[in-house]
Amino acid sequence: MSEAIAPEKEVTNVAVMNQLPSGAIRAESPLHHAELDKLAARNPRGGGVILRELKLLGHLTLRGSQDNASFMAGCAEVLGVALPTKPLTSVDNGSVSVRWLSPDEWLAVVPMDQAFEIERSLRAAIEGHFQVVNGSGGQTIIELSGPNAVDVLKKSTILDLHPSQFPVGKVAGSVFAKASALVRRSGEDTWELVVRRSFADYIWLWLQDASREYGLVVKA
Amino acid sequence: MLHIYCPHCEELREEEEFHCSGEAHIARPLDPDNCTDAEWGEYIFFRKNPRGIQHEMWYHTTGCRKFFNVTRDTQTYEIKEVYKIGEQPKVVAEG
Ligand SMILES: [Zn+2]
Repeated sequence: MSEAIAPEKEVTNVAVMNQLPSGAIRAESPLHHAELDKLAARNPRGGGVILRELKLLGHLTLRGSQDNASFMAGCAEVLGVALPTKPLTSVDNGSVSVRWLSPDEWLAVVPMDQAFEIERSLRAAIEGHFQVVNGSGGQTIIELSGPNAVDVLKKSTILDLHPSQFPVGKVAGSVFAKASALVRRSGEDTWELVVRRSFADYIWLWLQDASREYGLVVKA
Repeated sequence: MLHIYCPHCEELREEEEFHCSGEAHIARPLDPDNCTDAEWGEYIFFRKNPRGIQHEMWYHTTGCRKFFNVTRDTQTYEIKEVYKIGEQPKVVAEG
């Protein structure tokens, strides 16, 4: 009953699949039903909060030890940016961003049409004990910007968002509107929320309500 | 509301982000197939529940999702220290 169950040799073959649908299949982001493009087309006036969904990006969760030189070097080589080892930080080179999640876990956000190739390249480049999971379909990113974006966040999370405590580039997972989100400050007035697919609609409704007093501008 | 220092995130966060996972340093029986019911009972159900210094595990649920240990005074709720899994506490009860 308590015998250790271990494979006789290390499993190196992992089933991977390209999650990018062919052109014949319509890809729907977690906020597809909200029809943000139609809302964007009839934005009546300006407002203090600008919202857009950074949709259909490739989300790769990377796990491995910082002591595994092959893991750290392989990720840096394939992603084009080194994994941030300082807690609660992120790196961004314009097309690829990497968020620190924990001392042995990172979220790499890449263009969706490159996700499969990057996943395969990581598997080829890294030796030892590591994990790459494509979770693209399971979450989405909501970007909030504008002078009142921070006021909406203050209603939603217990994180200290003062620039001295939450500088540009910082990442923190926390409770968000009784759900949870991974918050990143991507610019002085720009914030990104990584939210789970099943909570995306709730958070979208919450953000509409919380930003009503400042005026909400939806961008496609 | 406790203000808890996460040793992995390396900053103070509010208690709402964490979950307490009970007494720390509970060793699983090394020979589980030959444990008596009394030994299993001790391991699974019985805890010290001290008045004063207690070592307990906490989980950073919404943050880094890592476990760590906290030494806390159960009378005053004061957190005396925070240390990682695998490390030993510096603050221990007298006697
Ligand atoms: Zn943490």
